[in-house]
Amino acid sequence: MRIEVKDLTHIYSEGMPFETVAIRQVNFTVEPGSFVGLIGHTGSGKSTLIQHLNGLLKPVEGSVLADGVDVCEKSEASRNVRRKIGLVFQYPEYQLFEETVLKDVCFGPKNLGLSQDVCEERSFHALNLVGLDAEGVKDRSPFSLSGGEKRRVAIAGVLAMDPEVLILDEPTAGLDPKGHNDVLEMIQNIRRSRELTIILVSHNMDDIARLADHVLVMEDGALVMEGSPKSIFAQEEKLRDLGLAVPSATALMQRLARQGYPVRTDILTAAEAEEEIIRIFG
Amino acid sequence: MAIKDITLGQYFPGESPVHRLDPRTKIIGTFVFLISLFLVDRFLGFALAGSFLMALILSSGVPFRFLFRGLKPILFLIVFTMLINLFMTSGTELVRLGPLAVTEEGLYRATFMALRLVLLIFGSSLLTLVTKPITLTDGMERLMSPFNRVGLPSHELAMMMTIALRFIPTLLDETDKIMKAQTARGADFESGNLFRRAKGLIPLLVPLFVSAFRIAADLAMAMESRCYRGGQGRTRMNGMAFGRRDALAAGVLVLYAAGTLYLRSWIG
Repeated sequence: MRIEVKDLTHIYSEGMPFETVAIRQVNFTVEPGSFVGLIGHTGSGKSTLIQHLNGLLKPVEGSVLADGVDVCEKSEASRNVRRKIGLVFQYPEYQLFEETVLKDVCFGPKNLGLSQDVCEERSFHALNLVGLDAEGVKDRSPFSLSGGEKRRVAIAGVLAMDPEVLILDEPTAGLDPKGHNDVLEMIQNIRRSRELTIILVSHNMDDIARLADHVLVMEDGALVMEGSPKSIFAQEEKLRDLGLAVPSATALMQRLARQGYPVRTDILTAAEAEEEIIRIFG
Repeated sequence: MAIKDITLGQYFPGESPVHRLDPRTKIIGTFVFLISLFLVDRFLGFALAGSFLMALILSSGVPFRFLFRGLKPILFLIVFTMLINLFMTSGTELVRLGPLAVTEEGLYRATFMALRLVLLIFGSSLLTLVTKPITLTDGMERLMSPFNRVGLPSHELAMMMTIALRFIPTLLDETDKIMKAQTARGADFESGNLFRRAKGLIPLLVPLFVSAFRIAADLAMAMESRCYRGGQGRTRMNGMAFGRRDALAAGVLVLYAAGTLYLRSWIG
């Protein structure tokens, strides 16, 4: 599914003394099957932006088109398109409400009007996909799970709706390093097993460097940089001005280069950095 | 669907002289004004009350549409009162509509009551428009504190009000978030009959209650770890003090009250 965002502007509390422009004149396209990383410091409008992508917020100006259909319309076509765009909010575990894990994951598919059997089948699949033992957790109360497990259940709840586009808003926020890695691995698993477009909002440049193939940078509601991870993270100074950083591997290589070592600086991950260092010093 | 747009406590930020008065002055002033409205017995009295209020509104810089917003919920009450008074008062007949007659006295009383109600609403809205809810409860606590001796837990009451007010936006935020998250999962909060709608609220209410309890527990912990143990011996960072501005306001208030009494007893 191709998502086109055109001249999108959003203003909170329009016409009130507290009015704030959250998004201004944003334009970009998400190609089918791509993995887009969305970065920007707190309050730059990332969360507001992604809520427009499946029609939860209506733009004040501009539009969001998914496969050419405006996601904000009341038409059947628009509703069908919205259903294919799954949105996982920050701290999604706070949306759990059912008595059992299985019932909670079934909530989404049930709202799509699917039969009980299909719902359960999809839910089982989704639970396994997020790395939980579906048979083991299905009858437990979601409130009895650990924080990381709760989050996976909530993500499974969105995956069970079988979206074509999956939007994740800081899925690793508040998790310990192990939980963090588990969630990242889970995202990679999901991507490997399904033809999905993924949009990942994150503060962690290492994660973006590892996963994304296209990066969007936001500042004060506007889209200020866009391009491949390599081209974005090559502009260390500009990123630092925006209150952002480059991935730690890139930072290391840039420091080595500044000290006169003949290393490549367009390196994004620890593995690449290791290779390059061995090439130079080994 | 923007739940955040609901205004509560309806404070209108500003730096006007009226905003900067001591909350106690404003509370007492509002009381005096409201009582004065019930003492008025002729239109001239309302002219005085109206111009007094108008002067306050203009100096506070609050736009009139914010005041009219407070009028909306009781518009029905005002219209109803007017109609009852208009048709149910006996006296000199002006117009007759079938069995109902509009009398001169009726018209007079209807206008009179409507004016009183509108001024009451404007007067009390102005208080909440120019005072932050938290400042307001602080002021109330201080005004109630003399009653501590007869067992009124004024500090606890004010603290409860403050906490409730403080967490309204938080809970609205939380509601907004959960609603969006469930909407993204295909939940529908807006259609269907009453029963379906009530059932549709479960995915919203369960997480909301869980959140509310979590927030309450966190807050209790945070208060205790900072040695909160009720109002006894508690001092404040921003102590309230009557200043020159409040003295001036008190003077104006006394003049206004005297004017109202004068108009009531001795003219005409």
